[in-house]
Amino acid sequence: MKTILFIEDEPTLQKTVGQVLEQEDYEIKSALDGEIGLQLAKKEKPDLILLDLILPKLDGFRVLEELKKDEMTKNIPVIVLTNLESEADVERAMELGATTYLVKANYELEEVITKIKQVLSS
Amino acid sequence: MSLREVYRQLNFFEQCRKNRIGLWQCPIFLFVLIGLIIIGTMLGIYFIANKYTQSPEMVALIILAVTAFLMVVGYSVVQGFNRLVEVNKMKSEFVSVASHQLRTPLTSLKWSLDMLLSGRLNDSWEYQLEQLKIAKENNQRMIDLVNDLLDVSRIEDNSLGLRPERVNLLDLVQNLISKYAFLAKASNVSLVLEAEEDLSADKWEIFVDPKRIKLAIDNLINNAVRYIHGGGMVKIRLKNNKNKSVRCEIEDNGVGVPKKEQKYIFQKFFRSQNIMKYQTEGTGLGLFIAKAVVEASGGKIGFQSQEGKGSTFWFELPIKSKT
Ligand SMILES: Nc1ncnc2c1ncn2[C@@H]1O[C@H](COP(=O)(O)OP(=O)(O)O)[C@@H](O)[C@H]1O
Ligand SMILES: [Mg+2]
Repeated sequence: MKTILFIEDEPTLQKTVGQVLEQEDYEIKSALDGEIGLQLAKKEKPDLILLDLILPKLDGFRVLEELKKDEMTKNIPVIVLTNLESEADVERAMELGATTYLVKANYELEEVITKIKQVLSS
Repeated sequence: MSLREVYRQLNFFEQCRKNRIGLWQCPIFLFVLIGLIIIGTMLGIYFIANKYTQSPEMVALIILAVTAFLMVVGYSVVQGFNRLVEVNKMKSEFVSVASHQLRTPLTSLKWSLDMLLSGRLNDSWEYQLEQLKIAKENNQRMIDLVNDLLDVSRIEDNSLGLRPERVNLLDLVQNLISKYAFLAKASNVSLVLEAEEDLSADKWEIFVDPKRIKLAIDNLINNAVRYIHGGGMVKIRLKNNKNKSVRCEIEDNGVGVPKKEQKYIFQKFFRSQNIMKYQTEGTGLGLFIAKAVVEASGGKIGFQSQEGKGSTFWFELPIKSKT
């Protein structure tokens, strides 16, 4: 079973996305802030990380930077899942090594799941 | 670019008004003014110098005076630019609040509905109910935010439209305290009321718009409870100032406001750095609205705070005299 780490401070999204991913037979680890997210990433070495950008304690950009710095975590694909959508933010996240950048408000839940499956199978 | 477009670009009255800053603070206008002054002075100096070639002091004095004046205008230009920067900052803050704080509940709402429609939860009524609750909650969050934004625009064009009536402040505060009992307990905060012994109704009777004042106090209590990190104490104190006014203080022993950010606290969209670090939900509109409402009701509002120790927010409202 593949493990997905979901770093997102909005508990309702944690719940909804978590439920679907469990149905799809993934194991979900969730973190409500950037610090815990980073710790969990290092401890659990998930197969995929879903990362929000506006996060308490350590924002998503910093988390991404730290993940890519560490040998242990730098190869884990990261899907940025956020509501920031300025070009500068997208560019910055991609430069830092994000695999895909999804603007939450523009995607159906099922489309997000499809993307996740795609990234995990590639 | 059409001629009208060129005209609009050059029409600095329009430009300045669009940015909501006065003519004397508006860089575009001031630059044109400087240009005109320089041209005028050049011509003037030429003629004067022609006429008074015998007294160079006179010419020097005039040039000095004009230079001094130009420096004053130059200073205003710089100030004007600062003001413009601030206006633009507010605009971009609005965009970021709108994009994050409005779209966060929108996304939760949308995905909950997606989930319900997907048929994934068909065999569990419990899960369906949960998603419906999420949808409803987030719908409410959006309504609150939109109401706040509407209030802000009403405040800005002075059309808040308060509907004052007799209100008992003590009742109102007690009401809010019971509303927050749950959140306080969940956040490990004890929330207590300390009123003077005499609780007779007429000591707390004020003449205000009940809905708006309630929202204002709600915001203050909400902040006090939320901006305590890991449990603490919120005390609400009511005082009667010689039957002229009532004073309400909301004291917390929370994270406080860093000294250098204190002057911004009532500005719209402002949120201090120490808060942003661990609390991403919020718009920075609560205090702006509270201040506008209290002041429009004839009252005053303020606070003291020390970073790491806590804050006391207070407001005073006049008592309705018996007539
Ligand atoms: N009781 C408090 N303790 C510490 N900081 C506070 C308190 N109340 C307000 N603040 C600061 O003032 C800012 C603005 O408050 P407010 O206008 O209510 O907006 P919001 O709560 O949405 O951030 C807060 O973000 C916080 O930085
Ligand atoms: Mg607030």
